[in-house]
Amino acid sequence: MKMAGRRDFIKNIARGALLAGIAGVCGMLVSRKNKYQCNGRCGTCKPGNGGTCPLGSDGYVWQIDPEKCTQCGRCATHCVLAPSAVKCFHSYSICGYCDLCGGYLRPDAKGRNTGAENQLCPTAALRRQFIENPYYQYTVDEKLCIGCGKCVKGCGAFGNGSLYLQVKHNICVNCNECSIARACPSNAFRRVPASDPYLLKSNQERRIS
Amino acid sequence: MISDFFLLRVSASLRSTILLLVFFAVSAQAEFRFPMPEFASGYQHPPVYTPAPSNAMAGWDIVVLLAALTLAAIFVLKRRKRREIFLLTLFSLLYFGFWRNGCVCSVGSIQNVATGLCNPSFGVPLTVLIFFAAPLIFALLFGRVFCAAICPLGAIQEAVAIKPVKVPPAVEKVLSMVPYIYLGLAMLSVALGSGFIICQYDPFVGFFRMGASSSLLIVGGLMLVLGVFVARPYCRFLCPYGVLLNWASKLSRRHAAITPADCIQCGLCADSCPYNAINKPVSAAAPENRSRGARRLGLLILLVPVLVVIGAGTGGLLREPLSRMHPTVRLAERIAGEELGRYKGMTIESFAFRASDTPNEKLYAEAVTLKEKFGRGGKWLGAFIGFVIGCKLIAVSVVRKRTAYEPNRGTCYSCGRCFKYCPVKE
Repeated sequence: MKMAGRRDFIKNIARGALLAGIAGVCGMLVSRKNKYQCNGRCGTCKPGNGGTCPLGSDGYVWQIDPEKCTQCGRCATHCVLAPSAVKCFHSYSICGYCDLCGGYLRPDAKGRNTGAENQLCPTAALRRQFIENPYYQYTVDEKLCIGCGKCVKGCGAFGNGSLYLQVKHNICVNCNECSIARACPSNAFRRVPASDPYLLKSNQERRIS
Repeated sequence: MISDFFLLRVSASLRSTILLLVFFAVSAQAEFRFPMPEFASGYQHPPVYTPAPSNAMAGWDIVVLLAALTLAAIFVLKRRKRREIFLLTLFSLLYFGFWRNGCVCSVGSIQNVATGLCNPSFGVPLTVLIFFAAPLIFALLFGRVFCAAICPLGAIQEAVAIKPVKVPPAVEKVLSMVPYIYLGLAMLSVALGSGFIICQYDPFVGFFRMGASSSLLIVGGLMLVLGVFVARPYCRFLCPYGVLLNWASKLSRRHAAITPADCIQCGLCADSCPYNAINKPVSAAAPENRSRGARRLGLLILLVPVLVVIGAGTGGLLREPLSRMHPTVRLAERIAGEELGRYKGMTIESFAFRASDTPNEKLYAEAVTLKEKFGRGGKWLGAFIGFVIGCKLIAVSVVRKRTAYEPNRGTCYSCGRCFKYCPVKE
């Protein structure tokens, strides 16, 4: 009896210690969760409260910084989803509506038309539509887009860079550690607040002006 | 002929235009190359479609997790019905696995918690913290009910375990060391910032998401096929979270009991358990000379520091291969190799690095610091593994008196198979 009593006593102490350990770790992490990486853009943190985020560290999602992205093509291949949750976004407000679109046409295109042999996009996800002379609107069909970034590269090299890659958040499963972020050679992935989950180039333009 | 000629002309003009544009691209410093057009037709450009994150239901996950844990504890401790436990397992497989894509999971959450502890600027979301802590607290109170019916990785293996065979206990004991090594490696990787390897090499998440790299899908498929005969191979011989659950469950306040009344020592439960998690009764008569046992125990206790030192030494020697877990070290080695002309061409990483204008020396210096850190981390890892081996040896050599068939509180998954096989009724 005495043996069992002693063993129980030791067990109780160990159990209490483990419980206190778990609680301590969690408490420590909860108390400092507000220092999460922040781009300061969502505006929910007031300068008055020391820049701490009222959202806490919950509500953060992955996003691509279009400034850092080098269009390596890994977004198409390294997402845990197939096809990738990364899609091409088009900020129409900064598009030149060019007839000769570097994002739409292959560099060796035979003509400026919708012919499949002229298109840069491997899945024909970029659509070209006549607006008025000499302007054309380009729309991304997100069902077809695989996030390879070929059009982004073309638009960045020859145009305004109005095409760029973003994580589409109704598709993204917000992994523990984004598997594209791990493979990204230019560290373009970062956590952004879920309340403002996109790093849009059109927003950036508004900020500049 | 005419159309050919026309095409040639168009393509020639296109090429010259593109050449011009390339020149323009190099020379232009402005933000935008082309002015935004003013439309005469009154065309308004469409807005950018920016859907909100679908993860807004993370709060629901916590509710479902806590409810399922409570239900599992009731099923295992009160109702004692294998069928109900298995139905809950299937629900978890569908919800946490296929519906929520296997993320966030408790197994991976240890990496977030470890990152949070190592790196103060990394916040751990509350959801992840609850996924980390709740199963451990339930294990402290009721045993590994999380493994029984909640963990989607366990659930998919439980669902395929159709014809389980017994693994020889010696093999089981040796292989059960692997989770400790995996846990140590994962913690080392997290501490030095080289990624979440538990998520990276999760064999089943590819099935939940209906897509993964082919090699991982093959490994996952093989593991499921193996799981038909060797029940829960991942849980028993790999799962790093299982190590923590094992510790917590050993101290559990209550635990699933095989019989509702007195054990009649028929041994049916031990036959029914595919996990070697039922301890056989040990007769009251001492199995061996007491002084011999004491001497062996003394020797084994003395062996522990020796194993720790040997482990630390070996771990320190593994500096180079361990440091290659880190992408910066791999990049530095690649760049150095390219500089020496050892490789032809560039990888995507080395291309992006060269485009970033960072001096090579900075990268090399970073890699050297990292290698030193991995050298130190490797020693800790080795010491930890040596310590665990020592403790396991002691645990194997100590024989406790036992009058009935009892679940091994550390390794029992509370799956409830033995309930069905026990002939004793209340």
